[in-house]
Amino acid sequence: MAAGYSTQELMIVAAAREISDGDVVFVGMRLPIVAYGVARLTHAPNAVGLFECGIVRYGPASEALYTMGDPPNQLGAAWATGLIQVMGQLQRGRVDAGFIGGAEIDRFGNINTSYIGEVSAPRVKLPGSGGAADIAAMAKRLIAIVNHQKHRFVERVGYVTSPGFLDGGESRAEAGLSEGGPAAVITDRCILRPHGPDRELHLASVHPEHSIEEVREHTGWDLKSRPGLAETPPPSREELAALHAIDKDGLWR
Amino acid sequence: MKDKLVPLRAAISDHLDRGNAVVLGACLEPDIPFAATYEIIRQEIRGLNVIAPISDASTDMLIGAGCVSEITGAWVGNVSGGLGHNYRRACEVGEPGPVTVHDHSNFSLGMALLAGAYGMPYLPMRSILGSDILQSNPQFRRAENPFSETREPVILVPPLQPDVAFLPVQRADRQGNNHHWGNRGLVQEAALAAGKVVLLADEIVAPEVIASDPSRVLLPGYLVTAVCHAPGGVHPAPMTGRWRRDNAFFEAYHRESRTRDGFLAWLDEWVLGVPDHAAYRAKLGAQFDDLRIADSAPAATTHYGMT
Repeated sequence: MAAGYSTQELMIVAAAREISDGDVVFVGMRLPIVAYGVARLTHAPNAVGLFECGIVRYGPASEALYTMGDPPNQLGAAWATGLIQVMGQLQRGRVDAGFIGGAEIDRFGNINTSYIGEVSAPRVKLPGSGGAADIAAMAKRLIAIVNHQKHRFVERVGYVTSPGFLDGGESRAEAGLSEGGPAAVITDRCILRPHGPDRELHLASVHPEHSIEEVREHTGWDLKSRPGLAETPPPSREELAALHAIDKDGLWR
Repeated sequence: MKDKLVPLRAAISDHLDRGNAVVLGACLEPDIPFAATYEIIRQEIRGLNVIAPISDASTDMLIGAGCVSEITGAWVGNVSGGLGHNYRRACEVGEPGPVTVHDHSNFSLGMALLAGAYGMPYLPMRSILGSDILQSNPQFRRAENPFSETREPVILVPPLQPDVAFLPVQRADRQGNNHHWGNRGLVQEAALAAGKVVLLADEIVAPEVIASDPSRVLLPGYLVTAVCHAPGGVHPAPMTGRWRRDNAFFEAYHRESRTRDGFLAWLDEWVLGVPDHAAYRAKLGAQFDDLRIADSAPAATTHYGMT
């Protein structure tokens, strides 16, 4: 904390920067929900937050949430409705950005939250898609939040729960997904973005106090760097003030 | 109209059979009928196909208790802890028995229940394109959109019509007319798709209360099979305007269910060793009462006039 912010706070601010003003955003839980609040309080006051349980909000909930259906997320919602009414907006092309997490991600941004090992006899049975597959397929920009460990950043996921660029190149479009795909993968060490016609994830920025060598060492494929690779800009005073206003109890410090 | 108010124990023994396809809450994280989950376990009703978008730890408990042979679902775990330990044990080592998983996304499960609700032979959708859900669940079909001039792959989702749906509502009358508010997840689709609907009403009210606001009705009483008075029957899940989520209870379940023996001890303490929901509430004591939402945030008065 010598820098005045935690790694998680840097990730939250980096996630907030992925939200543009006026965006319609599938928010998800935990880190992205705080990022959504920071974006609303700083550069994106007109963003709209969607929750797959059937809730739409303008301002974030006034208290910390454990689940998206908790009472603070219901009170003052813009819309309390069904899953189909909210998730259907994905197929309708109305969703600009979506956040998801994952246990495993590969070099084309495919994410596994279902099975580690064989489907018929998994070594680890993970909870499954929830709404993640739908969001990954249909949001115009997907932002994934994943802890950067070598066993999570693999050459090829064993099971694609949520499609990224599949086998790279045009394969996503050939599967019927003409738009969308990962725009950013935010980790505790760096930010990756797709690059070039292959759509492979390349290193786009390295967080302060982390190095390219360290990031490569914790990545399960031969990670390349994008032209113009830089350091992730640290949170500004304004971004930190917004974050502290939301995270009153300091859960993310 | 017929009086449909019955004890939860009778509703389950009369309406849920071994091998049934069952919905236990379809609102995602809130409004999960845990009181029904516990009673199904006590009555040892086995071989169930649990249809679950996200029913938090309810599905994991039923799996561990040996009641489940199939899961038709998008997500099974414990929202507080992530992984569902009983789900893991069943899929990884077949303990206490194997379960067959029919993988869905939330939206594909929604389409399946929507098709079931309105008698549609199937529904086309696009948002599971590219996912290996299409590989692990052979129930889906690929097709081309016949109305598109360019090649446009679509996925056809077969309908789901659960035998029984157990659905919590804030209030109902004795005939099964009811009010539900807050987010609805797939509750309405599940209710209309199911062969039988059993409501767990947090409060039983006079028919005039429900009739005063027909726009808040989840489904009218003629489509309801039975109504049970189960105050706090969603515990540890939340219910809008009534109950906060018992996060500590979910976390304790996650900790204690980490091992098979730990789960069995948990099951003895909170389900098998407790005769019914009233005793469960009494056992929770002040912990339960503290979860009651006490502050008032009323909606604006709504008028339905004629002249």
